[in-house]
Amino acid sequence: MIAAAVHLHGPYINWAALSPISALLVGSVVVLLVGLLRPRFIREQIVPALTIAALGATIGLTIWQWHADTAVISGALAIDNLALIMTLIFATAGIAATLLSWRSVAPRASAHGDFYALMLGSITGMVVLVSAQNLVTLFVGLELLSIPLYVLCATEMHRAASLESGLKYLIIGSVGSATLVYGLALIYGATGATDFSAIASSINHGHSSDTLLLTGVALVVVGLCFKASIAPFHQWTPDVYEGAPTPVTAFMAVATKAAAFGVLLRVLDVMLIGERTNWKPALAALAALTIIVGNVGALGQASLKRMLAYSSVAQAGYILAGVAVATELGARATLLYLIVYLLMNIAAFAVIISRERATPYGDDIDSVAGLGSENPLLAWPLTIAMLALAGIPATAGFIGKFFLIDALVKGGYTWLAIVLVVGSVISLAYYLRVIAAVWMRPAPGPSMAAAAGLPVIAGGSPEADRVTGAEIELTVVAVVFAAATVFFGIVPQPLFDLVQHAAQTLSGAL
Amino acid sequence: MLSILIWLPAAAALVGALIPHRRAPGLLALGGALGSLGITIALIAGYSGQRTGLTHVTNVVWIRSLGIHYSLGVDGLNLFLVAMTTFAFALAIGAASIRDWPRPRVFFALFALAESAVLGTFLAQDLALFVAFFDLMLIPFYLLLGVWGGPNRIAATLKLVIYTFAGSLLMLAAAIALAVLTSEHTGHPLSFALSTLAASPLHKGPQEWIFLLFAAAFLVKMPAFPLHGWMPDAYREMPIEVLAVFSGVLSKVGAYGFLRIVLPIMPAAAVHFQTLILLMSLASIIYGSAMAYTQTNVRLIAGYSSIAQLGFITLGIFAFAPQGAQGAVLQMVNHGIVVAPLFLIIGLIAVRAGGSEDIREMGGIAMRAPILATFFLIVAFATLAMPGSGNFVGEFLILLGLFKTKMVISVIAFTGVVMASVYALRVFIRTMHNRTGPRVQSREISVREGLALVPFLLAIALFAVYPQIQLGRSEKSVTASIVHEQALTGSTSNTLASVMRK
Repeated sequence: MIAAAVHLHGPYINWAALSPISALLVGSVVVLLVGLLRPRFIREQIVPALTIAALGATIGLTIWQWHADTAVISGALAIDNLALIMTLIFATAGIAATLLSWRSVAPRASAHGDFYALMLGSITGMVVLVSAQNLVTLFVGLELLSIPLYVLCATEMHRAASLESGLKYLIIGSVGSATLVYGLALIYGATGATDFSAIASSINHGHSSDTLLLTGVALVVVGLCFKASIAPFHQWTPDVYEGAPTPVTAFMAVATKAAAFGVLLRVLDVMLIGERTNWKPALAALAALTIIVGNVGALGQASLKRMLAYSSVAQAGYILAGVAVATELGARATLLYLIVYLLMNIAAFAVIISRERATPYGDDIDSVAGLGSENPLLAWPLTIAMLALAGIPATAGFIGKFFLIDALVKGGYTWLAIVLVVGSVISLAYYLRVIAAVWMRPAPGPSMAAAAGLPVIAGGSPEADRVTGAEIELTVVAVVFAAATVFFGIVPQPLFDLVQHAAQTLSGAL
Repeated sequence: MLSILIWLPAAAALVGALIPHRRAPGLLALGGALGSLGITIALIAGYSGQRTGLTHVTNVVWIRSLGIHYSLGVDGLNLFLVAMTTFAFALAIGAASIRDWPRPRVFFALFALAESAVLGTFLAQDLALFVAFFDLMLIPFYLLLGVWGGPNRIAATLKLVIYTFAGSLLMLAAAIALAVLTSEHTGHPLSFALSTLAASPLHKGPQEWIFLLFAAAFLVKMPAFPLHGWMPDAYREMPIEVLAVFSGVLSKVGAYGFLRIVLPIMPAAAVHFQTLILLMSLASIIYGSAMAYTQTNVRLIAGYSSIAQLGFITLGIFAFAPQGAQGAVLQMVNHGIVVAPLFLIIGLIAVRAGGSEDIREMGGIAMRAPILATFFLIVAFATLAMPGSGNFVGEFLILLGLFKTKMVISVIAFTGVVMASVYALRVFIRTMHNRTGPRVQSREISVREGLALVPFLLAIALFAVYPQIQLGRSEKSVTASIVHEQALTGSTSNTLASVMRK
């Protein structure tokens, strides 16, 4: 669709810069078509493999385009390092989500091809969203991201909770989109431009305290806060996360959130930077509220997915704090935290999915009880993920929080840094509850019956013999992402270099 | 060299965890700990008390973008604390390797990782690195307590972790704020190096709130009086070998943090809050002693006595006098080498009392186990700071340093010395003599059990007769860390140095 639009306008198309998006779109179509073939082997094995191939190609092309820094489609999209780094995050999350869905119920219930095609479509939307350079592309990207997700949430059609989750997400998401588009209209009305750069210069030339503009800014921020699940616009998060198929939850928690923050960075730190005196305090207050609400909400949850949903609200608060300071350092800290957040959350979700399939407890915390002696290869990644989410040293989570606090203090928001720390202290209570279940509780009755004969507490040495039928790809995802969490906790410099390139894109405005 | 010292235990235990033999994890962890002990002995032998400043400095950039360095160094302040750490850990791991543990590979790997983290905390010369090690330290202890602890371990772990992490995360925020404000103040790029931070102190205002956050973290870790809520549960449930190092070594990290970080970097705030901290320490001494006298669980008696002892150490630090600080550092080492064997002995007598740790169910153990009783008596005497023990020298120096400036506090603190003898002897009499307890089946200490205890007793004896081995080496560094406070309070107790020598 976009490629066609370009074709009408002019003869020159920068295919190279567009290649990551093209790979996603082509992949989506191919996957959809191949998914129509009869043989089960093709649908169940080839289709996910093709999805991964498309995402892998996207990653390759993104790295090829690194430092390209061009505007394409008459300036509607900017293929700069910020967009490219976000593309890497989305594609990595997509590959992980594909592996996690490979043998799960959701794709089977929705004719394999459709499921993966929707996922690729959603990723395309995310890339468009974070590359957007004008209000129209922004909205197109947002809808392209959201609509496939509404469907994906409801793909387990035989489970009422999944349908409910899809419907809830659709309604709330639509409210969010409506708010956003209203805000965009007001901004256009106030400045007479749709281009980010034109709006920015218009604001700098004396429109900064226009009521129309301010209302527009407020509505846009609220609309994006719905997507990023910032309190008090987060109420859909626990229900949708809990009801949706777990691989989809993992994908949403990581990729959608990253996309929402990517576009928040663009909108606030580039387009509306002239307004920062007005939105900075409001955003800081929202961040503080989100940190408190998320962490307190997570405390009493027995369902791991619900707990992670509230934890993702809290984490969104931390990330928003990085946006709120409106400095280049803050943008860097935000991006770094998004990468870290990807690593630790995927590791956690991989373990949860594996336990959902192996035990009768679903995503209840009982499902991981006794995991430490039953399957250390899953227990350690979960432990590392929880420690990283809590921000313990030697994990990437510590580095992420460290950098955020650094940016906050330098940006003059020491009080917000303290709120962040207090939130982290609260969060320990629920993250450690999971670790306690993994290591300190015996597995509850029935699932241990399989390994009968062994006393419950005595772990014994030959742990490897008792690995239950956990699917190998889940273990691989969990181990790889947990290992990356630890690796970047000890050697974080590559991440810092990466986000520095990306934030340079924004530094012109800041 | 210091990196090898830090990481050898963890690396050895990791290798041990990969060898498929039942005894391998314990033996390799022990080997690693002994290796580190060997390195520290070499360090002590090569250290001269005449020079000031750090030696064996390692300094490489860790995270360039944040100005964080992996920087380690030894001076008179941490030399003996490191030695005490490697010593206590080696013996505690040795004592633990005698017993059979469920999941031994994970157990010893965590035990050794704990040693590495503690050593890192003592040796770090970069504030961010210190904070990282300080937080990391808790993870292995959390798991050791939670997986291998007693029946109520889960509640205990939660309390322990919430208390201590609240402290350390606030300290993280304070550390970053300190570095950022200092770099804005001086105009230099962000740096967490302790020497840089100490070179340009902040204004009094920011110093004060940053001081409070650091102090909270360190006082929780010790623990000091109103912040000790996690202590009883954690002490009751922790495996005894782990508790020996937890109480002996980890509690010193807080006191060390005051001397290494708080006093050199935030002198104005330290002087401002001197009275508050002194009163808290005094409360710790009195409360700890009183509780130690009323408890019947042996572990808790030792735990509360630790609170009192750490109160003395904090008093010494905040006396802002050379003798006080010297005494505090000496007392840190003394307390470590006294309380660790105390807990190991408690473990042994609990086995003989039919698994009970209540002194009402003990008694009469000495009759069949005179050697064990002798060991216990030596340790008990050292705890109550009998003249002739190293603890006596330490407490004497502390009170001497304090007497000059804060006479009233010093006089009240003296009562703590008296109370120590009351509770220490009470434990000894109730467990070793008295009527034989209902389920007591006394037997003599075995050679292997003795092997873990005898080195402690030798160390106690060494420090009793020759504390100069430490005092001589640490004097310059310790004095340097309180020099700002001395200048600010105008304390003139330098002349007393000659008194101390006698």
